[in-house]
Amino acid sequence: MAQVERLRGSEHLERLRATLAAARDPDKTCIAICTGTGCLAGGCKQVVNAFREEIERQGLADEVDIRTTGCHGFCERGPLVVIHPRGIFYQRLSAQDVPEVISETIVKGRVIDRLLYEDPQTGEKIVYEHDVPFYKLQRRLILGDNGLIDPTSIEDYIARGGYGALARALHTMQPEEIIDTVKKSGLRGRGGAGFPTGRKWESCRKAEGEPKYVICNADEGDPGAYMNRSTLEGNPHLVLEGMVIGAYAIGSHEGYIYIRHEYPLALENIALAMEAMRAHGLLGENILGSGFSFDIRIARGGGAFVCGESSALMRSLEGGVGEPRAKYVRSVDRGLWDKPSTLNNVETWANVPHIINKGLEWYTSIGTEGSKGTKIFSLVGKVNNTGLVEVPMGITLREIIFDIGGGIPDGKKFKAVQTGGPSGGCIPESLLDLPVDFDELTKVGSMMGSGGMIVMDERTCMVDMARYFLSFLREESCGKCTPCREGIARSLEVLDRICNGEGRPDDITLLEELGELLKGFSLCALGRTAANPVLSTIRYFSDEYEAHIRDHRCPAGVCKALITYSIDPEKCTGCTACARQCPQEAIRGEKKAAHTIDQSLCIKCGVCLDTCKFDAVLVQ
Amino acid sequence: MGQSEPSLELEELGIEVATVESVVDRHGRDPSAVIAILQDLQEEVNYLPEGTLRYVAERLDIPVSKVYSLATFYRAFSLEPRGRHLIHVCLGTACHVRGAVKVLDTLEREMGIAAGETDEQMEFTLETVNCLGACALGPVVVVDGEYHGQMTGAKATRLIKKLRRSEQE
Repeated sequence: MAQVERLRGSEHLERLRATLAAARDPDKTCIAICTGTGCLAGGCKQVVNAFREEIERQGLADEVDIRTTGCHGFCERGPLVVIHPRGIFYQRLSAQDVPEVISETIVKGRVIDRLLYEDPQTGEKIVYEHDVPFYKLQRRLILGDNGLIDPTSIEDYIARGGYGALARALHTMQPEEIIDTVKKSGLRGRGGAGFPTGRKWESCRKAEGEPKYVICNADEGDPGAYMNRSTLEGNPHLVLEGMVIGAYAIGSHEGYIYIRHEYPLALENIALAMEAMRAHGLLGENILGSGFSFDIRIARGGGAFVCGESSALMRSLEGGVGEPRAKYVRSVDRGLWDKPSTLNNVETWANVPHIINKGLEWYTSIGTEGSKGTKIFSLVGKVNNTGLVEVPMGITLREIIFDIGGGIPDGKKFKAVQTGGPSGGCIPESLLDLPVDFDELTKVGSMMGSGGMIVMDERTCMVDMARYFLSFLREESCGKCTPCREGIARSLEVLDRICNGEGRPDDITLLEELGELLKGFSLCALGRTAANPVLSTIRYFSDEYEAHIRDHRCPAGVCKALITYSIDPEKCTGCTACARQCPQEAIRGEKKAAHTIDQSLCIKCGVCLDTCKFDAVLVQ
Repeated sequence: MGQSEPSLELEELGIEVATVESVVDRHGRDPSAVIAILQDLQEEVNYLPEGTLRYVAERLDIPVSKVYSLATFYRAFSLEPRGRHLIHVCLGTACHVRGAVKVLDTLEREMGIAAGETDEQMEFTLETVNCLGACALGPVVVVDGEYHGQMTGAKATRLIKKLRRSEQE
C-alpha cells in the first residue's frame, strides 16, 4: 500500500472524501462485477479476467472502469454484472459473453436481450437492476453499497461518506449521547435473540472493571444462512466503523472479531480493511485526532456452532473449549477474561453508522413498533430466487417468498418456511401473511434467529426436517449440561425410528415431553431452543407424523425406509438411461419398451429419478 | 508425561521441529492463542498428529489434556492424516432440502468410505460441512476448493469417476 496520510480530524476526512469524490466522474462507464462467494463458485473470476483482457485489447482502459464488488445478493442468477451509470443488469454471464458486452453495450450502448433477467411471472425482460422485482421490493440499508464499492478499497468507502458517522460520534457526541441514540433507535441484536443493543451498551459502560471489551460475533453458524459473510466480504468497513463507534460509546480500547474459519474471503477482506484503517488513523492510537484509541484483533473460529453463543465464544477467544456458562452473571459485567464485554452480531454493528449518520427520525420510520430497521434474510431452499434479501421489519412472509423470491420452482406447492436456523421453527402456509419481526415469529413457535429463511415444498418431509436439525444439534451440543446432551440424543432416537417406519403410538407425546425438558432446563440457548424444530413441526404438521407412525408412509417421499421407487410404464420411453446409471443393475427392460425396477435389488439411491428426463420414475 | 521428548516424536513423524517452532513463535508463545496455533499447524502439516499436540503443550506450558480437548472439540481439527484431495459435501439446510443426503450416500457408496474417512490409497478424504453459504448452487460439493453445484446422485457418480481417472493419469 502506498504511504497514506493519517487523518487528523473531521475536516481532514471531509477533504479526503471531497477529493476522492471529485476524482470520480459519475458519468464514466463502470462495470461492477459481483465477486461474492456465490458468484465466485459460479465462475465470475473468468468473467473478470475476460473483461480486463477485452478492455485492454480494445484500448478502452481510459474510458471504462472495472470494479470487483462484494455480493449483490441475487445469487441464483450469478455471475452478476451491473453496468453503471445506466444500471444495466446482466445475469448468468460467462466469459464467452464478454466480447459482445464490450462491443455492443459498452461501445454502442445497445442492450443485449439474451443476458437480461426475465420476469418468470410476466415473461418481460428487465433492463435495469432497480426494476428487477427481486431488488425492487427490498430496502437495502446494509447491503446496498455492496454492489457499488470495492471492498478492498477504503477510498471507495470514504468516497461514499464512509467514516462520517465515526467522525461525528468522536468529535460532536458524548459517549452517553451515542448510547442514548442507539437506545432510542430501537435497534435490537441481529444475532437472533433481539436484545436491545443500546441497553447492552449502557450496562457495559456502567459496569465496573477495566479493560472493557467489544466483540463482533462473525461466527455465522446457522446452516443455510450467509448474510454476515456477504456483509463482511462486501462491505467490511461498515462493520468495523460500527465497532469503533460502539467502543467509544462503551469506553473500550480493545476489540475482537471472531470469524468463521470457513469464510476465507471474509477473513482476508476484514484484515485488509483493518490495515487500511490503521494507515488512515481510523484504528489504533488517537483515532481521527480525537484522543480516543481502540484496536481490534481477528480470531478465527474453530468450526463449533455453539461458539455463536456469547459466553462460549468468549471462552473460545480465551483459548479454551467453547462451552457456555450460566447467565446469572452477565457478559456485560463479566465476559471475556471476566471483564465487562459487549458482544454484537455483524449486522447489528453494521446498523450503527447508519443510525448515527441519518438520525433517529429516519431510522425509526423503518420497521414495526417493537422491531426497527431492516433485516437481512438468506432466502434459500425450494425457492426460485435464492439470495440475500434485505427488507424492512414487518413485511410479510408471503411478500418475501413470493414477490421477492419468485415463489416455488417447478410448479410445486409451498409447504413451510423455516426461520431461525436450528433454533427456529417451521411455519405453515396458513401463517404466510404474518408480518416478520422479532415478536411475531416467536409467537408462532419460531424465531428471527440470525436470518436464515429456508423454503420447503411438498417434496420436503417435515419429520425428516426435524430429524435433520436434531442430528445437527446433537453433533454441535457441547455436552456440558445433561438436559441438552441427553435430551437432544433421545429426541433424535425417537425421530430416527419414526423415519425408519418403527414409530410408536406414544412417540409424539414423548417428543413433546423431551421438548419441554430441553426448554426448561438446558444451560444455554442451544439446548433451550433445540426442541423448536420438533415442536413446531408437530404443531403444524402432525398429520405427517401420524402418516409415518400409523401408516408407515412418508407423504413427501423422502424417508428411505418408507418409500419405493417404480417406473410409470405410460411415461417410460425405454431410453435405458436409468438402467445404465443404476448402481445395483436393478432396472431391467428392452430398448424402447417400458422398464421395471427389481425391488429386491433396489437400494433407493434415487439415481434413476435424477436421470429420467421423462418424469417416469415414481416415488411412493 | 513420561514418554519420549516431544521434539523426538516430531522427528519420527517426519515433521520439522523448525516448522512447529515458527508457528508457535508467530503467535508469541501465547497460551490464549493455542487455537490459532493449532489451526496454522494443521495448515502446514495437513493434520494434527499426537506428537504436535504434545509439542505445543510443552512450548506453551499448558497441559496436554487441554490441547487434546481443544483439538477434539473443534470441528476444524483432524487428528487423522487426510488424503491428497479433500471432498466436502455441504449438508446445510438449503442443500439438505434439495437432496444433499442422496449426494452424500452416493459418494460414500462409490468411494467405499464413510464421511470423515480417507481411502486406503490416501487419495481422497470425504468430509461433510454444515454450510458453505453457496446456497443458490445447492446441493454443493467442493473438491479441493472447486465448487460443483446443483449436484445429484448421478452427477456425483460421474464426478468421482472423473476424479479417479485424473488421479490415475
